[in-house]
Amino acid sequence: MADQAAADFRQETRAWLEENCPAAMRRPIQSEKDVCWGGRRYVPACPEQKIWLDRMAERGWTVPDWPTEYGGGGLSPAETKILREEMKAIGARSPLNSFGISMLGPALLKYGSEAQKLEHLPRIARGEIRWCQGYSEPNAGSDLASLATWAEDAGDHYVVSGQKVWTSYADQADWIFCLVRTSKESKQGGISFLLFDMESEGVSTRPILLISGYSPFCETFFDQVRVPKANRVHDENKGWDVAKYLLGHEREMISGMGLGEGGRDTLVADALATIGRDPTGRLADPLLRADIARFQIRARAFAAMSERFLDELKTGRAHPAQPSMMKYYGTELNKDRHELHMAAGGSAALEWESEASRGGAPARAWLRTKANSIEGGTSEIQLNIIAKRILDLPGA
Amino acid sequence: MPLFLDDEQTMLRDTARDFIADTAPVAHLRGLRDADDPTGFSRDLWKQFAEMGFTGILIGEAQGGLGLGHVEAGIVLEEIGRNLTPSPFLSTSVAAVEALRGTAQAERWYPGILAGDTVAAVAIDETPKHRDRVALTAERAGNGFRLSGVKRFVAHGHVADVLIVAARTAGAPEDRDGVTLFAVPRDVPGLTTAPERLADSSLAATATFESAMLDADAVLGDVDGGRAVLDRLLRAGRTGVAAESLGVGAGAMAMTIGYLKDRKQFGVPIGSFQALQHRAAHLYAEMEVARAAVLKAQHLLDADMEAADMAVSVAKAMTAMATTLAVNEGVQMHGGIGMTDAYDIGFYMKRARVLAELWGDAGYHADRVAVAAGY
Repeated sequence: MADQAAADFRQETRAWLEENCPAAMRRPIQSEKDVCWGGRRYVPACPEQKIWLDRMAERGWTVPDWPTEYGGGGLSPAETKILREEMKAIGARSPLNSFGISMLGPALLKYGSEAQKLEHLPRIARGEIRWCQGYSEPNAGSDLASLATWAEDAGDHYVVSGQKVWTSYADQADWIFCLVRTSKESKQGGISFLLFDMESEGVSTRPILLISGYSPFCETFFDQVRVPKANRVHDENKGWDVAKYLLGHEREMISGMGLGEGGRDTLVADALATIGRDPTGRLADPLLRADIARFQIRARAFAAMSERFLDELKTGRAHPAQPSMMKYYGTELNKDRHELHMAAGGSAALEWESEASRGGAPARAWLRTKANSIEGGTSEIQLNIIAKRILDLPGA
Repeated sequence: MPLFLDDEQTMLRDTARDFIADTAPVAHLRGLRDADDPTGFSRDLWKQFAEMGFTGILIGEAQGGLGLGHVEAGIVLEEIGRNLTPSPFLSTSVAAVEALRGTAQAERWYPGILAGDTVAAVAIDETPKHRDRVALTAERAGNGFRLSGVKRFVAHGHVADVLIVAARTAGAPEDRDGVTLFAVPRDVPGLTTAPERLADSSLAATATFESAMLDADAVLGDVDGGRAVLDRLLRAGRTGVAAESLGVGAGAMAMTIGYLKDRKQFGVPIGSFQALQHRAAHLYAEMEVARAAVLKAQHLLDADMEAADMAVSVAKAMTAMATTLAVNEGVQMHGGIGMTDAYDIGFYMKRARVLAELWGDAGYHADRVAVAAGY
């Protein structure tokens, strides 16, 4: 992008954001309910949240780099980066978070039929349909390809029966993208990728209570669910290709957690509030201060890595397995961050229900992060992938 | 600007990679070490650096240099690191060139640097740990200054034609203000340099100033206002150390990954063992993140020196941590052979240690980041 064109685009974008991003949408996210997930049952946390979503969707900027015909903004990598930078500069919240944007969308763009793209992508872009991911099963965790949910061929449709687990927000999702077995001949080569409505007959969900006291994940049951074959993405028994491609995007998204809440981490402020300063103005706990400072070196370096990774990804330079490195590093970093948050908060951070702790927000967030290095492929699986695909180390 | 090398930078990298690997691989360092070479580097090689244009990489085109930036200087330094090439490139063509930039002294020293005749050294440290304090005094005397004090850890100081010296012209040793930078010719009376061999076979001098007399025109920048010049030197120098350190870590990692594939135990390559695979993969991640931190600092440095300050400390600290891991894992995964002098991995460990200390270790830079962040 020519320097002048980039400067013009930056100026226009800055002016548009200034005009259109409500003040309430420039404040840091306080809790999960501040995050807009969209969907049929979406209830805005405040009127500004809906205004912000609609204005951004209108411009295609909920998915700035998707083609305009599918509801995107049609922006180049350079323009997308500028938009991201300008949003960050004013602290603008993401207008829409969704597995449709971060996971299914990229997979549909690569593997979907034209009809599938036209049906689903614009609705994802506008936040009309909320998606969940049906991957893991009780006996298929790290060994995901051993999944057993069976899709029986019934002519123009499949009849799906089985069970998924760790389905994030399945109880709130409208549609599911789901891995099913269509052949027992081959492990990875017997998997297909299906899309279906969670209101279909035979679908039921049951939330799982986690150590954080929340239930972001569900068990999801399929009892003879009818799914039209037109809802299969890519060829029959080729679903593993789609799944792997999508997992790369999921890992990319999860790695973003390493960046902390949009770079507005309250760690230092919290530590100073609890512990105070020594006479030289430094945090009065020198060992915690050193831990935080070393953590911040890594966190800032990882922010540079995220920028580098996106720049490489958008221009086809990134190693195809690099999302595994990002996922590994970002999630381990996020766990470190929350350990430090707990240390900084002391006993106040242990409160589970109090108003002062916003209902135990620090402790619950800390516990939530422990799943970061498990979901989307464990840290150990990512290290396996790096060793095999990037370092080319021999198989065992 | 995107955070990867553009086409021209990629070409420079390929050129530098081939040239340095051909002319100065680790065997070159080993040869100098075994000969107990008193210079500490090859002057012929320094001439060749000049012929390649490397010595003037940061010197403006109008002054006969390549007029390139810190990304490009870092490209050369990474290859120097990868090959453990003894070279005055960092002190001369990066640190000193930045300190001399825009001063009258540039006209005096740049031509020799461009030609590969002149070597510069940086004399800042006075204590075994790098600190911000400057105690060496420069008192006004006649038309110039009289310098008294001792500088340590002056790489190439014993053979340098010019030393960039931070001296105190006002205030107390810990004060930020009252520092003045000088370009000190080595033949100035009262200056003696005593080289010391370091663990990595490099030579660093202790420079003693005993009422060394300097002309007033040896001042770089303003009297008492030398901190601005020193900051510029250190931002460039630390970013350069980070780039060299990245090369050392990358070289050690490549050697180690290669060994994991070749070495067989229990009838299989040891790289097939998951215990080692995971450690290698973790190391890869740390090195990738370190590379991004270095590139970010270089980009910011090329755009705006002052805004780069924290990114420079992040890069310096991150590369120190990642490369320390690379060399430690390198020796451990090589096993017994990694402990032998005949094998190269130990050289990487030694060089990494020197670079980790140079101009502030990881703790020093983490502290800087903490202070800047208000805690």
